[in-house]
Amino acid sequence: MSALVAEFASEAGAVGAAFRLREEGLTAIEAYTPYPVEALDAILPRPRRALPVLVFAAGMLGLAGGFLMQWYGAAVSYPINIGGRPDASWPAFIPIAFEIAVLCAISAGFIGFFALARLPKPYQPIQALPGFERASQDRFFLSVDAADPHFDAARVTRAVEEFAPCSIVPWPS
Amino acid sequence: MSRRFWWRSFAERADDPDYLAAIAHEFPEPHGEGGVDRRRFLQLVAASAALAGLDGCSSLPPEHIVPRVEPLAGEEAGVPRYVATALVQEGYATGAILQHRMGRPVKLEGNPDHPASLGAADATLQAAILDLYDPERSAAVLNSGRVVDWNKLTLLLAGKRTDWAKTGGAGLRILTGRMTSPTLAAQLAALLKQYPGAAWHQWEPMSRDAVAGGANLAFGKPVEALPQFDKADIVLAIESDAISSAPGHLAYARAFAERRRAAETGQGKMSRVYAIEATPTLIGASADHRFALKPAEIETTLRAIAAAVGAGPNEWQDGDRPHWVDAVVADLSTHKGVALVHAGAEQSSTIHSLAHAINAALSAPVRYIEPVAVGAADIKSLAAEMHAGKVDTLLILGGNPAYDAPADLGFVEALKRVKLSIQLATHADETAAVAAYHVPALHPFEDWGDGRAFDGTAAIVQPQIRPLVPGHSAAEMIALLAGAQTLDPRKQVIDHWRQTTPGDFDTVWAGWLRRGVIPNTAAGAASVSLRGDFAASLPKPAAAPGLTVLIRPDPFLRDGAQANNGWLQELPRPLTRLVWDNAALIAPATAKRLELGPEDVVEIASAGGAKVRVPALVAPGQAEDCVTLSLGFGRTAIGAVGRDVGVDVGRLRRAGALWQTGATLHPTGEHATLATTQHQQNMAGRDMVRTRPLTAAEDKHETVEASLYPRHPYDGNAWGMTISLSSCIGCGACTAACQAENNIPVVGREEVMRERAMHWIRVDRYWGGTPDAPEIAFQPVPCMHCEDAPCEVVCPVGATTHDSDGLNVMVYNRCVGTRFCSNNCPYKVRRFNFYGYSGNDPRPAMSWNPDVTVRGRGVMEKCTYCIQRIREAKIAADRDDRPIRDGEIVTACQQACPTQAIVFGDINDPKSAVSTRKATPLDYALLEELNTRPRTTYAARVTNRNPAIAEG
Amino acid sequence: MSVMEPGQNLTTISANISEETLNPGRRLWWWGGFLVAVAFTALFVLAIEYLFIAGIGIWGVDIPVAWGFAIANYVWWIGIASGGTIISALFYLTQSEWRSAVNRIAESMTLFAAAAAGVMPILHLGRPSFFYWLFPIPNTMGLWPQFRSPLLWDFFAILTYVVSSVLFWYLGLLPDLALVRDRATTYRRQLFYGIAALGWTGSHTQWRLHKTAYGLLAALMAPLVVSVHSIVGLDFSGGLLPGWHSTQFSPFFVFGAVLSGFATVLLLVIPVRRLYRLETYITAHHLNLLVIFMLLCSLLLAYSYLIDALLPFYGNDEYERAVAIHRFTGEWAWSFWAAVGLNVVIPQLLWFPRLRLRLWLVCLVSFGVFVGMWCERIMLVTSSLYEDFMPSAWGHFTGTVWDWSTLLGSVGFAAAGFFLFLRYVPVASAYELKELLPPAERHG
Repeated sequence: MSALVAEFASEAGAVGAAFRLREEGLTAIEAYTPYPVEALDAILPRPRRALPVLVFAAGMLGLAGGFLMQWYGAAVSYPINIGGRPDASWPAFIPIAFEIAVLCAISAGFIGFFALARLPKPYQPIQALPGFERASQDRFFLSVDAADPHFDAARVTRAVEEFAPCSIVPWPS
Repeated sequence: MSRRFWWRSFAERADDPDYLAAIAHEFPEPHGEGGVDRRRFLQLVAASAALAGLDGCSSLPPEHIVPRVEPLAGEEAGVPRYVATALVQEGYATGAILQHRMGRPVKLEGNPDHPASLGAADATLQAAILDLYDPERSAAVLNSGRVVDWNKLTLLLAGKRTDWAKTGGAGLRILTGRMTSPTLAAQLAALLKQYPGAAWHQWEPMSRDAVAGGANLAFGKPVEALPQFDKADIVLAIESDAISSAPGHLAYARAFAERRRAAETGQGKMSRVYAIEATPTLIGASADHRFALKPAEIETTLRAIAAAVGAGPNEWQDGDRPHWVDAVVADLSTHKGVALVHAGAEQSSTIHSLAHAINAALSAPVRYIEPVAVGAADIKSLAAEMHAGKVDTLLILGGNPAYDAPADLGFVEALKRVKLSIQLATHADETAAVAAYHVPALHPFEDWGDGRAFDGTAAIVQPQIRPLVPGHSAAEMIALLAGAQTLDPRKQVIDHWRQTTPGDFDTVWAGWLRRGVIPNTAAGAASVSLRGDFAASLPKPAAAPGLTVLIRPDPFLRDGAQANNGWLQELPRPLTRLVWDNAALIAPATAKRLELGPEDVVEIASAGGAKVRVPALVAPGQAEDCVTLSLGFGRTAIGAVGRDVGVDVGRLRRAGALWQTGATLHPTGEHATLATTQHQQNMAGRDMVRTRPLTAAEDKHETVEASLYPRHPYDGNAWGMTISLSSCIGCGACTAACQAENNIPVVGREEVMRERAMHWIRVDRYWGGTPDAPEIAFQPVPCMHCEDAPCEVVCPVGATTHDSDGLNVMVYNRCVGTRFCSNNCPYKVRRFNFYGYSGNDPRPAMSWNPDVTVRGRGVMEKCTYCIQRIREAKIAADRDDRPIRDGEIVTACQQACPTQAIVFGDINDPKSAVSTRKATPLDYALLEELNTRPRTTYAARVTNRNPAIAEG
Repeated sequence: MSVMEPGQNLTTISANISEETLNPGRRLWWWGGFLVAVAFTALFVLAIEYLFIAGIGIWGVDIPVAWGFAIANYVWWIGIASGGTIISALFYLTQSEWRSAVNRIAESMTLFAAAAAGVMPILHLGRPSFFYWLFPIPNTMGLWPQFRSPLLWDFFAILTYVVSSVLFWYLGLLPDLALVRDRATTYRRQLFYGIAALGWTGSHTQWRLHKTAYGLLAALMAPLVVSVHSIVGLDFSGGLLPGWHSTQFSPFFVFGAVLSGFATVLLLVIPVRRLYRLETYITAHHLNLLVIFMLLCSLLLAYSYLIDALLPFYGNDEYERAVAIHRFTGEWAWSFWAAVGLNVVIPQLLWFPRLRLRLWLVCLVSFGVFVGMWCERIMLVTSSLYEDFMPSAWGHFTGTVWDWSTLLGSVGFAAAGFFLFLRYVPVASAYELKELLPPAERHG
């Protein structure tokens, strides 16, 4: 056995159980819910906040890179006289720089999300848990990792049971 | 969705068995096939024409043959050679210089040494090069439509000669056009001496009989009068063709324009021009006062003027006459010696005689010379003999009488009654269809010959290329009739001139060929004096018919001989801007009275009973109750280009009345669409063409230049152009020159109607004033080469940029075809290859100018200031390590322009011609408020109106 | 009016939403519509093939009117595309609950509209095979694109917009793909949706990252869509032509774009809601809000029309005036008046709340805007071109049968794509609907 998994029929139950487990000092808790449950944000350990920084950095990089590319191409690498305009007519370079910035930022956000979420990973062991397919529909699952220093199967079961879980199963059994 | 091109009817043509038979030996593929795919067929035509350069030499002795795979003697790749010759059009010779590339003539330019050219070349002249390469030229001897061997004809004629030796050539007739060639004239004279029973007749569709007739009436002899516009302060033009089509019109136009732009150049005094005409002409368009009168009124008015200046009895002044006549008379009579009258060839003899009389009275600057052309019997008598069956053998040297002979002569029927009729022509045309034998003629650029200019100066016509088709020449045909031991045309020409030239002939001969002119051959001055009984001898003025039809030559097709020439078909007519069509020009008032809408088809029935159905075109400046129709259209037997284009109005002509006839007109209810390149006829209140009275020509026009950007420096050369609107007569020579020089394809009638004409320089024509008395302004518009070019900024791939000389260059192979540049061009001078026009053009590959890229489908193109010529001069200058000289670079349009309206050069050089021209206060930039800083600028049009005549 | 009919819980929502994708049953209307759309797509392909074979001469474009249908179609489609982005991005940021039910439909519409738009500029080129020369990619000549050209700005804008729209759409779709995967019964569906869901388990970590990522993308999409239409406006105002060279074109184009976007969303939402029996989730409240926003945009556009029509007469530029007059009275005046009538006048009906609830009427008005916006685009393209500065160069423009085929074909192309979306992707965002449930209902 590596974890205990409790299944709840309602958001309230899952949230309550999670809160109690935290009080028990357990930290290695993960919830699987059909929709983002905001109440859990305060209870469960928060993931790294790397994404916004990543997106911002990528955007800035795109902005500078896009502008430099245009300046280099038009003024340094191959300057040609276009309608008597200066080689480095910087105001004309703004729109493209902006678009490249947005493209970089959005791509970074997308890729960053998958990287941090460890996706794509088509199969994860928890998915083999009988009934787990309802985690994306109408059931709420709490999984407590046995690796947690404060983990004690009996205590966890007792803590969870008062929130009327549909089931508590060790996984993998 | 029909994508039809200008040779669309070729496929039909391909089904015509006779035609296939005729061309069978040239390319067997289409033979026997039913429907031949048009494109494939054209490729074959073009290919075979090109191949003809190799296999078409059979008629020449083998030792002359030089295989093209070996370089020609003195030929250097990429270096052009220039060879002088002369082109004989409507009998008169004009000097030309052909630019050769790798042994192929690719561009015709005027010969500066030749009095009829002075270096200029009009559209028809320049288009001749396309005729040379016309893949549809006749290439085989035809006997009633079937291809036969040339020897069959020679044997036949050998037999004939024995008969003629006995009969003295009874029944032998020869028909030529107007004849100024000394060699041919001498050959014919000799032939007539050899066969006293034979006779020589002439038929020239562009007849000048009235001109000669006028001289006869006035002076009693058919002298030629050469107006000297350089000496004329006052010009009275009676529907004059002096600067548009008369023999020597290029020279006249040059002198005329020099006086017209006097205010600009500060040299001499600006002339004042009055035009009296029933239908607008080029000289009328540039006149200071233009009066539209009916033909009958023109005569009475002219009589009145003649009387007023003392050249006629006073009763000629009786009756009411326009208010302005007195002012004109005053102007003329106060300018004795510097005022002249000139009447167009289409005017009656009476009018010409009156013009002569007035000129005599004014002692006008006019040179009188003995006639240049050699006369002969007319076609009327020939037709009569033919009808009477008296003609046994008829040799038609050039010309196409079955198409253009006066309708009342019934020439086609007459021709059928001739036992042996032989026609020499470049195309299997209407006459060839009736004549027993058709002999393919050599193009003048493949042939030897000679001809005289309007002033009598003779020039040698020398071949420019080995014949592309196995053709024959006129001299050869005459020699054949005479049974001469050699038929070689070169020999005929040399022999003739050898007799008439003292001294070492071979050296002078070489000199003539090099210069393209035979010195001191101008016609001698003729002494003239007005006949005493002149006034009395004039025929009484005829009663004016209700509606007069004026039959006029098309400005470019003329009599229709060049109808298979795509360049000419697609060159906008100066005044109507029509292409690929002829129309009935009707005065706005008349159109309103007849309730004619634009492009309504009308039926015109002449007094002679002939009928034509033509689309009407409302033409401002046309005299009321006068309908102008243009000749040269409606060809039925010619190449597919000119076939069934427009309407043949020649059938309205009668031997007595070639140029005008009474007629009735009524709408048919049908409607036609005319192809035109300009849809807006006036300036919509904008100042595209700026006009200033001579009195105000000095005030400087101020321009403000503002820009956020620093001005881009151009340290080396800075090419610029200026166009004098006072000089431009709208003749279209620049457009033709540009088309020839820059490989501009012909797009065809349908594509023109879809507004996709490709000309790089267009000549805009604007009507001003009132519809009945319009002011007519021309404005040539090439690329402006703006320094701050709007087109360049919007191109996403940088396919159009500026080069170091400040040219706005177009990089064809970088262009992806977004067409934003064209949208953003305020002058709309950019042209787009919506289809692969060049690829579909049937002209053979050998005919393109190898110095200029042939553009493919989907790319933009435009005027380059002839960058290839700039580069050529630059390389030459660099080679001998010197700056480019002013005037060393001449753009094609500038070179062809008869009036020198266009000047090109380095605007960085303050002493250059272009800089001095731009220095005039009249200089202005088109749409300068857009601040595009055009390199092409215009000199405002100056008018020299007579204050005594009220406006309008 | 509520954002969801009562009586819903997690189970019903899961079932209803995924049911449409998993067991669609025999949908004749779907097959009918899809086949018609495919037929028009075939016409589209045919028109394009002939275009590539013969050249753009088959169109009505000429000199002076060198731009024609292709550009008008492009501007029109890209404008329509904006609708989805505005709804899903802008209203996500404003936390408007009601968007959740319709954003999937709107976003998907955006995808196919953007695709249809993206094809047009390439077809428009004289040499389409070289469109990639607009990329700043190294070439043997060391040439760069010309970065001052509005067309190049546009190229980058479209590139960014299409890519971003796809990513944004897919990110939002991920949890629902997992839902369908988990409810799928057949192996092939499990495989397909399993791969598409990329292993989404709905763990809290994933949810929180997803929220952050989605928020960031939404925050970027909103300004992006505005920039795209501003730049499309610059394609015209970047030129010097009277009628184009105008400082208000960027906002003007944004207003027009959003109007057409909302109209098209309504045009799709109303029938889909009925056919998929989504009345529970897409309530009268949603439609009412959408209609009000459409009306708002129509008023904004009216303002732009007014400015565009009046400024020429306020200033003293004779060319601007001439073009303005051509627009009212010229050869293409019909397109101007059609635009005014369909985009500005008729939508004013929607001031009346009762009329806003007449869905057939809303559909009609929306369709009017759908058509009217195309008229505006073609009016803007042609009326400035056929009579500009030089009278001698004035000309005409008429679309050929190939122009019209391309236009109709592109509609079929976009429609076909949308039908496929309806068939294979959850048409509403299940997890966002679940978030809308009152706490009491948040159970299975």
